[in-house]
Amino acid sequence: MLAFLKRSLWQRVITLFLISVIAFLIIHLAPGSPAEICPLNPKFTHEDIERLREALGLDKPLPVQYALFYKRLFTGELRSFKDGQPVLGKIWERFLNSLPLFVVGTILTWFLAFPLGIKAALKRESFFDRATTFFAYLLIALPAFFLAYLLIIFVVQRFDVSVMGMTTFGIEDAPWAFRWNNRLWHLLLPSILGAAGGIAILSRFVRSQMLEIINQDYIRTAKAKGLPEDTVYYKHALGNALMPFITMFGLVLPALIGGSVIIEYIFAWPGMGRLGYEAIMARDFPVIISLNFIAALLTLMGTFLSDILYMLVDPRIRL
Amino acid sequence: MKAKMVNSPGSQPENLSLIHQTRGQEFWRTFKRNKLALTGMVVLGFFFLTALTGLFLTYGREPFFNPRTVRLADRLRPPLSRPHRTIPEENRPRFGIYILGTDDLGRDVFARMLQGAVVSLSVGFVAVGISLFIGMILGGIAGYFAEVKLLKGVTVDDVIARLIDIMLCFPVFFLILTLIAILPGNIWMIMIVIGITGWTGAARFVRAEFFTLKNQDFVIAAEALGIPRRRIIFKHMMPNALAPVLVAAIIGIPGAILTEAALSFLGFGVPPPHATWGNILAVGRRFIFDAPWIIFSPGAAILLTVLSFNLFGEGLREALNPKLRIR
Repeated sequence: MLAFLKRSLWQRVITLFLISVIAFLIIHLAPGSPAEICPLNPKFTHEDIERLREALGLDKPLPVQYALFYKRLFTGELRSFKDGQPVLGKIWERFLNSLPLFVVGTILTWFLAFPLGIKAALKRESFFDRATTFFAYLLIALPAFFLAYLLIIFVVQRFDVSVMGMTTFGIEDAPWAFRWNNRLWHLLLPSILGAAGGIAILSRFVRSQMLEIINQDYIRTAKAKGLPEDTVYYKHALGNALMPFITMFGLVLPALIGGSVIIEYIFAWPGMGRLGYEAIMARDFPVIISLNFIAALLTLMGTFLSDILYMLVDPRIRL
Repeated sequence: MKAKMVNSPGSQPENLSLIHQTRGQEFWRTFKRNKLALTGMVVLGFFFLTALTGLFLTYGREPFFNPRTVRLADRLRPPLSRPHRTIPEENRPRFGIYILGTDDLGRDVFARMLQGAVVSLSVGFVAVGISLFIGMILGGIAGYFAEVKLLKGVTVDDVIARLIDIMLCFPVFFLILTLIAILPGNIWMIMIVIGITGWTGAARFVRAEFFTLKNQDFVIAAEALGIPRRRIIFKHMMPNALAPVLVAAIIGIPGAILTEAALSFLGFGVPPPHATWGNILAVGRRFIFDAPWIIFSPGAAILLTVLSFNLFGEGLREALNPKLRIR
């Protein structure tokens, strides 16, 4: 058991190292060397190159540059090109803003997808099953940026509330009940959007997983010996059907950055995704590299967490 | 004759005729029972025709529908409206009507949608083609040479599995944004970037298939005959591993189309004045309350295309899966 953990941790350390190298090397993909202005790419100006040269120590050999960059990142010395603020502080501040979106979105996803999927599987081929299948396909195919505007048009015209940003500008002096109401309205649409695709995909997974389990022999045995249906489904079947989703739980972490770029862009939500978008627009390389690296770190932590959980739940792995 | 026998259920000749069906016939019989998948295929066919006619009608110096004509007197006109009387004859839309309205520069949304269809579909196909190419080669190598040791007990499979792990760790969309912001922006670069960030699925499918295939008799026989390895991998094994890859590709195309639309929407996509569904949406987002039709047309087009690709792909997957095949 410990050996399994040790191996899994060691593999992740190697992966993380390779990722740190790749994230760093992305900058060297820029046409020519990053220290030259490429006539083909008008996005690179002379000042950019100077700043790059200074920040990354471009006149030193590559391994030294690499070590220097990550030393600065971890000691908090690395500063953004755009405003000279420490990168880690900036990311932390935006992380706290993204957190409520992420938490509400994840709760919505998991608390809706499972009941829907399970019910669809138990009532296979029923009207409910067909309806959820149809809506799942519809939600998967609806681009978030289109659905967002449909919802904005609907909510703004129907309820006459503002939805852009985290709060309405200039209500800091309002009573707390009003402020909270305002915050919730702003939180509502982006979290629904963040959850929409997840609900569709996850509920399909739950359905197929549940279908596979309830066709197994031991479920038939349980039914044959006269157990009530609810006991069979919710006690015997559900536990086993849920097992694979433990691995998926770790994979929701990276959605904090990658999945939220478009939604935070549309709603002007000052979170991590928006930070990434702004950094890319401003060619703020320290922030771009750090975000890529931190996202990968989060993924690795997530998968490690799910490995541990899986080990606790499934006795076969412990052997 | 054969069809007649299939129509008489339960009789002996029916079973016989089923045995004599080719794989293609059997596949088609299972596939066409899935009405949703069939609908998806028809809608897809319609979109292909649209994109093809769009290619002829909107490109060139004097296109039939001109997506570039700017008419400042006719900004944000709703669908089916007629052009303003001050618009000169040569700038009027075909048939004297704006079928899907106009945008903030008075450009015909219908003509732009036609032009965008070509971009969306071709980005989807080329990008997925690239990821399939990379995925099949890496997956094939990982599966076939799995146990070959490189150094210190590290096998070929370890290396490629680690490569897949690394790809899966990056936030894909953010990585694509990063790459596109750094590399020179044009339509080919977008296809390549979407392609090289999306090969892990195909690689894993091919690798898994190759693990089972390489111990089968026909491969061992081919090895015994001294056929070159490259030929064994690509001529003998790959065709047998292709079915799941094909399904993964069909399901991957709408993903690539969505990514391209999202990139264009954020302003990183195909550079203007070229229209894509994503950048029509990006223009429309500034006028959602005054001119909602600008976002409705591309939004609905993306929705329908992605939906029919997914339904078609699911139908294919079911028809190709021997467990689900109807006997």
